[in-house]
Amino acid sequence: MSHLSQRPTDPIVGESHHHESAFGHVTGAALYTDDLVGRLAGVLHAYPVQSTQAHAKLNKVDIDGAYAVPGVVRVITAADIPGVNDQGVKHDEPMLPVDEVMFYGQPVAWVLGNDLEAAKAGAAAVVVDYDTLPSLVSVREAIEAGSFHGIQPVIDKGDATGAFADAAHVFEGEFEFAGQEHFYLETQASLAQVDESGQIFVQCSTQHPTETQDIVSHVLGVPAHEVTVQCLRMGGGFGGKEMQPHGYAALAALGAKLTGRPVRLRLNRTLDITMTGKRHGFHSSWKIGFTEEGKILALDATLTADGGWSLDLSEPVLTRAMCHIDNAYWVPNIRVAGRIAKCNKTSQTAFRGFGGPQGMLVMEDILGRVAPKLGLSARELRRRNFYQAGQDTPYYQPVRHPERLEATWDQIVSTAEVEAREAEIEQFNARNDHVKRAIALTPVKFGISFNLTAFNQGGALVLVYKDGSVLVTHGGTEMGQGLHMKMLQVAATTLGVPLSTVRLAPTRTDKVPNTSATAASSGTDLNGGAVKDACEQIRDRLTQVAAGIVGAPAHEVSVSRGIVSALSSKKTVTWEELINAAYFQRIQLSASGFYRTEGLHWDLSIMTGEPFKYFAYGAAASEVEVNRFDGSYTLRRVDIVHDVGDSLSPLIDLGQIEGGFVQGAGWLTLEDLRWDESDKPSRGRLATQAASTYKIPSFSEAPEIFNVAVLDKAHEEGAVYGSKAVGEPPLMLAFSVREALRDAVAAFGAESEPGGVGPSVELASPATPEAVFWAIESVRSPATSGAAATGAAAASGDAARENPEGISVPS
Amino acid sequence: MSAPATQRSTAQVSVNSAVHEIEGPPHTNALDFLRGVGLTAAKEGCAEGECGACAIMVARPDADGTTRWTSVNSCLLPAAALDGQEVITAEGLVDGESVHPVQEEMAVRGGSQCGYCTPGFICSMAAEYYRPERADDASAASAAADEDHHCGPNGFDIHSLSGNLCRCTGYRPIRDAAYALGQPEPGDSIAARTQKSAPTSASTDIHRTDTATGEAGRYRRPSTLAEALDILAAEPEVLVVAGATDWGVEVNIKGARAKSMLAIDRLAELRGITRTDEYIELGAAHTLSELERELAGSIPLLGKLIPQFASRLIRNAATIGGNLGTGSPIGDTPPALLALDAQLVLTSATGSRVVELAEYFTGYRQTVRGAGELISAIRIPLPLAPMTSFQKIAKRRFDDISSVAIGYAVTVADGIVTKARIGLGGVAATPLRARATEALLEGAPWTLDTVHGAAETLAAEGTPMDDHRASAKYRTAMLRSSLERFYAEQEAGR
Repeated sequence: MSHLSQRPTDPIVGESHHHESAFGHVTGAALYTDDLVGRLAGVLHAYPVQSTQAHAKLNKVDIDGAYAVPGVVRVITAADIPGVNDQGVKHDEPMLPVDEVMFYGQPVAWVLGNDLEAAKAGAAAVVVDYDTLPSLVSVREAIEAGSFHGIQPVIDKGDATGAFADAAHVFEGEFEFAGQEHFYLETQASLAQVDESGQIFVQCSTQHPTETQDIVSHVLGVPAHEVTVQCLRMGGGFGGKEMQPHGYAALAALGAKLTGRPVRLRLNRTLDITMTGKRHGFHSSWKIGFTEEGKILALDATLTADGGWSLDLSEPVLTRAMCHIDNAYWVPNIRVAGRIAKCNKTSQTAFRGFGGPQGMLVMEDILGRVAPKLGLSARELRRRNFYQAGQDTPYYQPVRHPERLEATWDQIVSTAEVEAREAEIEQFNARNDHVKRAIALTPVKFGISFNLTAFNQGGALVLVYKDGSVLVTHGGTEMGQGLHMKMLQVAATTLGVPLSTVRLAPTRTDKVPNTSATAASSGTDLNGGAVKDACEQIRDRLTQVAAGIVGAPAHEVSVSRGIVSALSSKKTVTWEELINAAYFQRIQLSASGFYRTEGLHWDLSIMTGEPFKYFAYGAAASEVEVNRFDGSYTLRRVDIVHDVGDSLSPLIDLGQIEGGFVQGAGWLTLEDLRWDESDKPSRGRLATQAASTYKIPSFSEAPEIFNVAVLDKAHEEGAVYGSKAVGEPPLMLAFSVREALRDAVAAFGAESEPGGVGPSVELASPATPEAVFWAIESVRSPATSGAAATGAAAASGDAARENPEGISVPS
Repeated sequence: MSAPATQRSTAQVSVNSAVHEIEGPPHTNALDFLRGVGLTAAKEGCAEGECGACAIMVARPDADGTTRWTSVNSCLLPAAALDGQEVITAEGLVDGESVHPVQEEMAVRGGSQCGYCTPGFICSMAAEYYRPERADDASAASAAADEDHHCGPNGFDIHSLSGNLCRCTGYRPIRDAAYALGQPEPGDSIAARTQKSAPTSASTDIHRTDTATGEAGRYRRPSTLAEALDILAAEPEVLVVAGATDWGVEVNIKGARAKSMLAIDRLAELRGITRTDEYIELGAAHTLSELERELAGSIPLLGKLIPQFASRLIRNAATIGGNLGTGSPIGDTPPALLALDAQLVLTSATGSRVVELAEYFTGYRQTVRGAGELISAIRIPLPLAPMTSFQKIAKRRFDDISSVAIGYAVTVADGIVTKARIGLGGVAATPLRARATEALLEGAPWTLDTVHGAAETLAAEGTPMDDHRASAKYRTAMLRSSLERFYAEQEAGR
């Protein structure tokens, strides 16, 4: 056990607590950025003029009409920006366009009005003159046009090319799958003010206050110390507030600077969904080779991320996708090439999993498709390929604790009674022609840490006041994930005080500087390490004071839950008495803490290193029922075993696992981003731009039975108090839903036989009811579809020869 | 918010027992009004009644003269519609230092993560907590509930939350919180309020000028039908609104504004259910939720339709007349009502006429309803067909707009189909009857062969389009498979 991971006796970490603001949430007392507007006087409201072209030369933005609208106070165009006109960090993302618009919906100008109605009317009165330019609005179009931007990294390990010659089975295919809208319930919101000294204060719903500060600062052309960013809390982030808030915060700040009045910029749902980046959809092409026993021998894949108009976070997203294509499986020979399509859409960005889900989806789709052709159940094929001790990833990082893959998997098979239920399902399917059921298991192995080593640092500020009460600020932001409660528990544990002694202050850049985004599931690891460090500094100073009071050597002193004691002394004092004494001894009662994750290294140029401190593991079993008449389905039962290390806060971890799973299931089944790819004037317009057309899971899509367990004996040496990150990994457990749908579709196959492995099924993603319907049609009448059912042939081990995916069998 | 130039301002609403003047231009919705007076618990998540983050509770009259706390989307409701009403928001459920049981359960069970949707969930849950039938449902809960009507052991109907979206939790802890609730305690003042009558429907007439646009606006809620018809006769361009669940979307999303609005949803003459030997007549101003309760399954096809109609939050406001009044081709009631051979009673200042629903729709959002006419009632002829079904094809099972909706009402005697009515939605510019298929079925034996033989005819009944909800090909396929699905359901139900 490391110093970092070791828990004291009777720790507060490990207890179940509700969210730090839970009672504020339920009563409405918890405030979000836009709730603050009514507390200020003279607030201006901002509304954008949006491009009605996917790609065009911008000739003129005529703003005179806007100023004729009563209540319009100011119109802001690119010409008003005093500093750098860029809202990103790659300098390829003008905050307002100068001479070219890059996507349908891009803000061309902003109107500030005394109320929102005036701002909207003013925006409608702005006349924009365009010359339409050719546009690319899908990843396929971009690939055909050779339109890429950013890095084109390659993972190359072993001998992928040569290994196919030794493979007993080789399959090739393509798979294109959709992105995902974050649909945080609270849309992007910023509220900017300028104080009497010219200091800019921006309240912003942001996962990355430091970068919001950086970008406000460079847009305004002022040093960072003139800008303070505060985030009270977010109404959901999911990665969508890692990069996306910056431009809006900067616009609000610019408006405040230009007018001297507070400026509120809140995107309504339609603005948010049409202007902000999303999860990247990907195109993949692949070739995979297996041994006779169904072990993966080689993989050659090309991943093309649908990046949108600017780079944003597309490069690290792509990198993580490539680093996760192996998921839980050992691939001895592998070549993966990655590239980023540049096209005229929103600039795609971080979203829970950050490319990891996309890389893993490629592999899970391959395994689901080819298992029947190998004559194996997908469950057996997956388990057979799990990493074993001593093996390393495609980027040469040793896989620590691979036995947890089998442990979670076998626990699920046992506790979810998978084998008995498979037998029941077989009987059910034999009895029913119109509905079929299936159960599928998928594993998760997800690397924890920012791929870029420098981001793996955290900071905290801990203040102990004379009355003993403690105020903690750290660099992380609260978006619902329960980070603040975990930080309270870490502080209370480290200092040895009751939870009620500690209070958290809102995240502000003037308390903790130079923070990393609350992202990559790293919020607890980084900020928890920093809070612990600050508390340890204070505790170590107090130990000397305590030793004097209780009359015992310092190494015997223990502070736990507010009581100071020592083994060899009968005297105890309270925390408050200790603090009082320390104050009068002139002991410093505050500390700033810092943490950096040790042992990481990464060479992007050769895609090699140890970018991850550890891996989080998990497994899920999902059972679905599919109706052939319309392709609709229900999620009957889900069982999960997930590795969270030694949980810091079990109720919160449970919420992350369940919520991540359902969000992942939404991405893979229901959530359907549709862009206008026609040649009409609306080309490039997002057709699903409202809650009525972009559907996220509701109660009816949540599993009817939902059993979640955390893996026992899962201590993690490399993280604070033995815990593991939990924000992202559970999202990918939802692959089990998609694979269960695939298996249920297969059960409709004309040639499916009891006990057989069924036909190979190609399933679109998202697997909407319509997509499932067409998949069923293709297996029910294989003659009329492109995807021939090869189940019977596969069962005889002879699948390879007549396969629509162009299988080649070495002679 | 604009300072309105007020000609007359008498509108007041009680929110959490405090009286507020209703201000702002007439298009101001209840959500913006509440937030404007500092009550920021209700939040905007979508501004179109899909997410429920804006849910509040309104005291509405119940059939027996008592009051029912009713959850609605405040983003769709015109603030002026609250004149004389009583509202409770999440802030108002706190009693001094103690939180409401709904709030307690949600907080301690992890029912909130980011918390943004939570006040809306709280209001939907609280309304269900006070639902008078819940105690009875609790005692019946051990009996197996059908799959579209899940009740917890405490009688809590989980579908009361189908209009509330949460992006964080995955819903399990919210369901557990809902099912952990007890019954209201004897001293509960919110429960006590239900025993008295609801606020009377104030007669409202508000003039406002929007300072931003300079446009005058007027909102009127007359107290009698005669008054409403007189206004309609004199000002045919007046915008008639009932639950405003469609109009609210137009205002919020498309920026629609009306110079003059006429609210008819609480007119006593448009409410009530009449039964004769020939028909059941439903007052057009009934909300879908009221119909669901008051019909209590007596028109089985409507009993199947209503739970699939939008969400509880919408059904609590949307009226059956309004769903027909918009003339939308994708409304969910027309396919079912067409199958029921429904008739509409259209009433104007000069009298009433009865039209067949099948003759009512003339084009995309076009109907035969004249400028001075209101839909006053919907008549369902008797006897009802014994075999009925409502098939809703959508991406999401609940709270979604249909890609295709199909209503069936079929009578079979001695193995022969004697009458078949099939209503279709989502496959043409108007809802329509599948007349060719009906003709093919009538007189034919009710067998799988007949069903298969009619599949292509039904598939050809519409002229469906490609859009973001579904492809035209899929819509046609849904028509093709529909009759076999209906047949399979009926056979399974025997």
